[in-house]
Amino acid sequence: MQRRQSSKNSKQPLQVRHSNQTDLSAWRKGGRTDPEKSLQNRQSRNSQVNESKQDSLEQAVSYFEKVQDRVSLKKNEVLQKHLATVESIALQKGLPPEAFDVLLNVALSGKLADAVNTRLLKSLIPASVIPETSVVSSVSWLCVSKCSGSIQLLFVRWLITVFDFIDHKEQLHALYGFFFSFLQDEKMCPYVCHLLYLLTRKESVKPFRIRRLLDLQAKMGMQPHLQALLSLYKLFCPELVSITLPGKMKTYFKNSEGPWKAAINTIRRRNQENSPVSQPLFLGTAQHQSRKRKWNTQLVIPASSANTNSLAGDKEKNHVDLYSTSESFPVEQLQTFSQLLQNIHHLEFPSQMGSVLTNPLLLHYMNCIKDESIYLRLYYWMGQTLQEECSWCVVDSNQYEEEFKDFLETIYKTECFLQEGFSSCEEFLYKSLPLWDGFCCRSQILRLVTWIPLSSFSEMKSHLYDPLAQLFFTSSLYFKCSVLESLKELLQNWLNWHVIQLDSESDSQGYSLNTTLSGLVNVVAELIHFVGWISTVALRLESNATFLLYFILDFYETVCDIYLRYNLPLLIMPPAGVFYPALLSMDSVSLNQLCYIMYRYRTNLVAAKENELIKKKILQFQFSSQTYQEYNQYIIAMVGCLWTSSAFQKDIHPQGVRLDDEVLKKTRVQEFKTSFNIVYHPAMMGYALLFLQQAWPDDNTFNFSLIKGRKWNWYLQYLYAQGLKGLKLFIESSINRVSRASQSKEGNVQV
Amino acid sequence: MESEARTLPSAGRLSGAARLSRGPLFGRAHGRFGPGSGGPLPPCSQENADPQKTAFLLRKQWALYSVTPLYKFSSGKLREYARLLGAFIAAERHKGLAVQVGVDLDIQVTFSSLPDLKGSEQDHAAMLVQLSSRSSVSPKNSEEKLMWSGWFCCVSGDDLSENVPEDFTCLPLFLANGAESYVAIVGSWFQKTFDCRFRRLAISPLNLTWMAAMWTGCKVEKNASATELVFSVPCLPQPLDISYAIHPEDAKALWDTVQKTPGEITQEEVDLFMDCLYSHFHRHFKIHLSATKLVKVSTAIASAHCDGIIKFLQSKYLIGVLMLLTELAISQIQ
Repeated sequence: MQRRQSSKNSKQPLQVRHSNQTDLSAWRKGGRTDPEKSLQNRQSRNSQVNESKQDSLEQAVSYFEKVQDRVSLKKNEVLQKHLATVESIALQKGLPPEAFDVLLNVALSGKLADAVNTRLLKSLIPASVIPETSVVSSVSWLCVSKCSGSIQLLFVRWLITVFDFIDHKEQLHALYGFFFSFLQDEKMCPYVCHLLYLLTRKESVKPFRIRRLLDLQAKMGMQPHLQALLSLYKLFCPELVSITLPGKMKTYFKNSEGPWKAAINTIRRRNQENSPVSQPLFLGTAQHQSRKRKWNTQLVIPASSANTNSLAGDKEKNHVDLYSTSESFPVEQLQTFSQLLQNIHHLEFPSQMGSVLTNPLLLHYMNCIKDESIYLRLYYWMGQTLQEECSWCVVDSNQYEEEFKDFLETIYKTECFLQEGFSSCEEFLYKSLPLWDGFCCRSQILRLVTWIPLSSFSEMKSHLYDPLAQLFFTSSLYFKCSVLESLKELLQNWLNWHVIQLDSESDSQGYSLNTTLSGLVNVVAELIHFVGWISTVALRLESNATFLLYFILDFYETVCDIYLRYNLPLLIMPPAGVFYPALLSMDSVSLNQLCYIMYRYRTNLVAAKENELIKKKILQFQFSSQTYQEYNQYIIAMVGCLWTSSAFQKDIHPQGVRLDDEVLKKTRVQEFKTSFNIVYHPAMMGYALLFLQQAWPDDNTFNFSLIKGRKWNWYLQYLYAQGLKGLKLFIESSINRVSRASQSKEGNVQV
Repeated sequence: MESEARTLPSAGRLSGAARLSRGPLFGRAHGRFGPGSGGPLPPCSQENADPQKTAFLLRKQWALYSVTPLYKFSSGKLREYARLLGAFIAAERHKGLAVQVGVDLDIQVTFSSLPDLKGSEQDHAAMLVQLSSRSSVSPKNSEEKLMWSGWFCCVSGDDLSENVPEDFTCLPLFLANGAESYVAIVGSWFQKTFDCRFRRLAISPLNLTWMAAMWTGCKVEKNASATELVFSVPCLPQPLDISYAIHPEDAKALWDTVQKTPGEITQEEVDLFMDCLYSHFHRHFKIHLSATKLVKVSTAIASAHCDGIIKFLQSKYLIGVLMLLTELAISQIQ
């Protein structure tokens, strides 16, 4: 009864662990008298039916425990009854951990007929877990060969199917050699290979085992199950064995799921809990080559595989073991984030760094390890691959454009993950942009542009801005918008980088490389000027298209907030070629956006001025008076248009809308003064109309001049309620309304 | 043009020999041969190289590859590498059959070091990989037949080797002779083991003109073979190659008039040299060679094809040619 004891011991923690499973905790084994266990039953929904079922299962198990001699199934009704009970409960709810010990024992001991044993084995469906001890004890039955070959085979198949349900596997690993010896049995061999495949660890791979497998291979020829096991051996010990799997192989093991899999799935679904999910087997050795291409010109991101280069010799030399037991953890086994955390101290990078691109766990790891060689390996691999595959640079590669797109996409995703651009990718862009047609892999290329690292302007101009501008001016509206979007993200990435640098500045160097703060300011300023320039030209080319204007103003939404949001002493106003088309836009969205931007400029400039007054420290980066002047010119024009109806007189910007009265009279437009205020502005007139309809439902004359005095205020409230938040912020911050009661429309501008 | 009068091409024949070649479109981003920059003439002497040790490299066609630096390569482990590569090749050849590392196989792999093939102190010693087959009849004592060879080298590759950390070994130029299928297997093994990347190294027409000029200027013994330039005419329904052969002494005479400072060559000089040859050709055949593409240069020193194939002919100039090729390989990597 030794074994029995051990199973009891292992039962306790199991039940506690799975106490949330009503099915399991409801199950009691001779525990009716055990006060401790009754506690665990408290949550069971004890319906009569359940109770009686459990009782009958207990009775059945205890019957099988005591059964002594060969009992004929046909003649013994008691046996029939108990067997049927086990089967039906197994199928319905699965068997509790405690049942396996008894049932495996009886099935493998040969006490009963094979027909009974088969039925018993087939009903061994776990409700939660299977105690390792019961598996170990049943393996010991195989040694004494009391049971027939077919039962042994069934047992091994069962073991493979339920492998992930076994609670511990340490002792099972100790039996590796025992399972290995079963390989000589021709019928068992495929299944034993599968089992060994599940059990194999690095330390299981031994030269004598390899020799044995190779002997088997020589005897039986190429067998998929041997191939699978051998390639796993190769994975662990490439210095001992080598194998290349044929590409077309799909399955390596015979289906051993038998009758159990479906039942297990049903029960799992019924229990609705996350029991251990069997991980799919995969062998990274075989690369699926869809078609023939010249050697090495195929775009394959290598699979993560352990570094085969670390031969036994240098491992001992270089390995400074902090944890005496630690062997390096093979990357193939890295599947979950918790594994990463547990093994982070002895994780090895894969033999080919390119494989990290498709392995987010390794990217996490890469993020914490600052090792130059990692980046260098990736740099060389990626640089060469990009050049080799570039669809518009290499002859005959057009047909592989889709593949190349995917590759670029993968790189972009990795860059986003690492929040960092790859220098190989940057170089690739510099080399290939001048040859780019602006069409091939467009969205991928433009996304990669967003991660170009900051570098000196002269480089950016000739490598990025010039080729991009050429394409920009000659391409469609949609392309222009995409470019602007990319450049906005590029700007944001640079600014974010700067913020991170600021944070780490206190740590040590701050601007360590070749970037000083003033250098950074210059480069960012050049980008903004570049965008200002192409935006001005593009608005003319596209006749001030609203869609385009949206992307341009979106860019300036980032620009206007640089000082406060990114802590960089830089503010650049949009050029007149952008400001005026936005101000006189036909679309309220653009106007509202412009209002918001001007409000943010004001906030930033005011904050800068205050900071200057408080601490004279950063005088080096004082905004020039020209910036303030430009802002003031714009704000005068804007208030003149929208509020005071005096734009044509007061606008002092050289490219502004100031016009002589005589010229204006010649236009024969009546009331020209007010034609751009918030009532008459083409972007706002729609609102004014709706407002009139609501305020004077009976009046059909559309007399806009009615909106004045108190109605003017109502109208403002109406506009704010329509979602014109930018306009609200602008009016509230930039227009000094002398007396709200008197509704004086006198605006005042001050910074 | 003064120099033009002195050239006496010995032959200029048109041949329809078809050989379509694809042009590499990637120009070198930072041309070291930019206008005005002086390229040093390859050292014409080889003090430390024993001609006999490198004789087997001559008169064979080598396909050129560039290789990024090898990660964690150790020259002390060549025997180990040979064992592993041997097993890898066997496994690749019998796909699906596992092979034990270290047992006798039908293909024998040897790694050896070629310490003579170096330009500077920093250069890593060149490494030769040879595959030879054993006759299956009598595995012992039977002579091995060389099937394939390939070698890695770095001659004056300081540009690269100075800039990589210790873990990396710079052998940027790889040359292979034999079936391409073995290049694929050996290359894959190196790529997997040392995380490097192989790429075919094509030679641009511009670099071919440099080779033509540089090699023309080298001294060779009498009765040297003709200097031959092969041009391919683009945009024709049928491929057409033009072969332009010049007596080496005539070519040298022309070059000597073009070159101003001995020991230094400029892009202008190379261009002028070629222009002279072109205009001479035009006078005779009314064909503008400048409108065609130079695909092959062969001289007594070496011959080079734009597809990235080279043949060394003089062991004296081996190092010099390798130096130029190393430079091309490095510029492809960086």
